[in-house]
Amino acid sequence: MQALEPGTPVRVRRMMPPGHVRTPAYLRGKTGAVERVLGPFGNPEQLAYGHTPDRLPLYRVRFRLGDVWPDAATPDDTLDAEIYAHWLEAL
Amino acid sequence: MPHDHHDHAGLSPSGHPYREDQDNSLSYWQAMEIAVRELMIEKGIVTAEEVAAQIDAMDARDPSQGAAVVARAWTDPAFRERLLADGSAASAEMGFDVGPMKLIAVENTADVHNVVVCTLCSCYPRNLLGLPPDWYKSRAYRSRTVREPRKVLAEFGLTLPENVTVRVHDSTADMRYIVIPARPDGTDGLDEAALAELVTRDSMIGVGVAKTG
Repeated sequence: MQALEPGTPVRVRRMMPPGHVRTPAYLRGKTGAVERVLGPFGNPEQLAYGHTPDRLPLYRVRFRLGDVWPDAATPDDTLDAEIYAHWLEAL
Repeated sequence: MPHDHHDHAGLSPSGHPYREDQDNSLSYWQAMEIAVRELMIEKGIVTAEEVAAQIDAMDARDPSQGAAVVARAWTDPAFRERLLADGSAASAEMGFDVGPMKLIAVENTADVHNVVVCTLCSCYPRNLLGLPPDWYKSRAYRSRTVREPRKVLAEFGLTLPENVTVRVHDSTADMRYIVIPARPDGTDGLDEAALAELVTRDSMIGVGVAKTG
């Protein structure tokens, strides 16, 4: 999997799979940009059940508060979260 | 007979309400933890002493190691660079056990204020700061800090000017975060140990600032 460069605009996939998922529901479907590349780290969705995990890039993605919450009082404040590669699509 | 006086039902002799006993039955997960722990001890994988020692080690940690890291960053520009580039490596360099998680240090400046939260659970840089405060684990702090960070900070007594950008860090996965608060003005004459005294736990979570003296 090609690593996404810092600054790349990305959207968090809008999936609702069951299980141990570390992608917060409030960020699904939201658009941000890669802040830095981390990892690779084992996929927690497999690790949590004792499976041998895929090693995935982990990204710190920076969102504008206004892109997460349409009614944000200070839309230009930011929110950074760590999102695994398979949850992101480059825009 | 002083103990015959029962007019104030439910109040202690000094007039305070009694707290209800917390003798609810175990939750599913509490029962699971006890079962797994007892099985592991029974099978000889760990001993009860090892479990107790690990709990003691967790309880013994406090924010002083984090404060020492911040004070070093304030006084040593090269260390500050290394800390911002790789928080775990820089902390290990000071002899601190950083654990399996990776540490990211984020720095407060004249233009940026950082605050840390874990919306999914209670991820916290325990190795450097000790156990998280109860409010850090509350649903209110976890849900509101990502939604209305400035309101939450104001409730902690920290009102930031509009020209300062607030950056919220949600510890969702393998990283742990420590905020490097801004060094207070008027502290030029202080050495590293005296500076570390100014670095509060809350300032390293980002809900406060360093003490001024």
